[in-house]
Amino acid sequence: MTTIPLQAYLILALILFCIGLFGALTKRNTIIVLICIELMLNAVNLNLVAFSQLGNNPGITGQVFSLFTITIAAAEVAVGMAILIAWYRHKNGVNVDEMDGLKD
Amino acid sequence: MNGEFIAFLILSFTAILGGILMLNLKKVVHMLLSVVLTFVSLAGIYVLLSAEFVAVVQILIYSGAVTIILAFGIMLTKHTARDERTSNRLRAALVGVGVLVFFFTVYGAIDNLFFGPGAEGLHVENTQQIGERIFAHYVIPFELVSIVLLVALMGAIVLARKEGEENK
Repeated sequence: MTTIPLQAYLILALILFCIGLFGALTKRNTIIVLICIELMLNAVNLNLVAFSQLGNNPGITGQVFSLFTITIAAAEVAVGMAILIAWYRHKNGVNVDEMDGLKD
Repeated sequence: MNGEFIAFLILSFTAILGGILMLNLKKVVHMLLSVVLTFVSLAGIYVLLSAEFVAVVQILIYSGAVTIILAFGIMLTKHTARDERTSNRLRAALVGVGVLVFFFTVYGAIDNLFFGPGAEGLHVENTQQIGERIFAHYVIPFELVSIVLLVALMGAIVLARKEGEENK
């Protein structure tokens, strides 16, 4: 069916996951951190779809699972954005390293 | 070197390019748009993996809904938002080393993976196959996902509501 090996897709997903992980751990803006988390979820989705085509037990189930993952990711973005706006109303800032209200 | 391989090369290159641009651009809106490039290229890769329905959902949800909601978030917080480079270079270097260690560990695990020639016929009436699988085998998770979406909707409204409206 397909001539591209499974490793190519997995390595692409790994590179995207590493980019997202690096961004989520180093960026200061909360919106960028959310975007990086979305990038990591996308890499996981790519893994699911690649295994559904080229995995040990191929079938349509991987694609169904990736649809569920996309739904949960959309809900996560909505809640994260609501928290961000509530935070911005309180403190007038969007930087992650200023969110230390639980420290004191 | 057939057409499928060339398409895979171009799509994966643009996907990684979007990620790298996202890490290096200065303005937040530009970072968001470069991530849209990654999302669209990933939709093309899903088509290569004979998952047309997931590809369309990816374009609708990710490069449509999620991007719009993040753009509204940028608009509602700071118009001229810039992500100034982290002052802490030591921390960025440490995180980079950790991510590289993670990369090479996982790369060693997936380097020699081979499971067989792959599935046949996933692209034949893809949407019908997905619908039959969801509504025959995964009905209860499907309904649970609807409850999760409802809870997330109500939670987002409650969190983002202005305080003090209870007095009116």
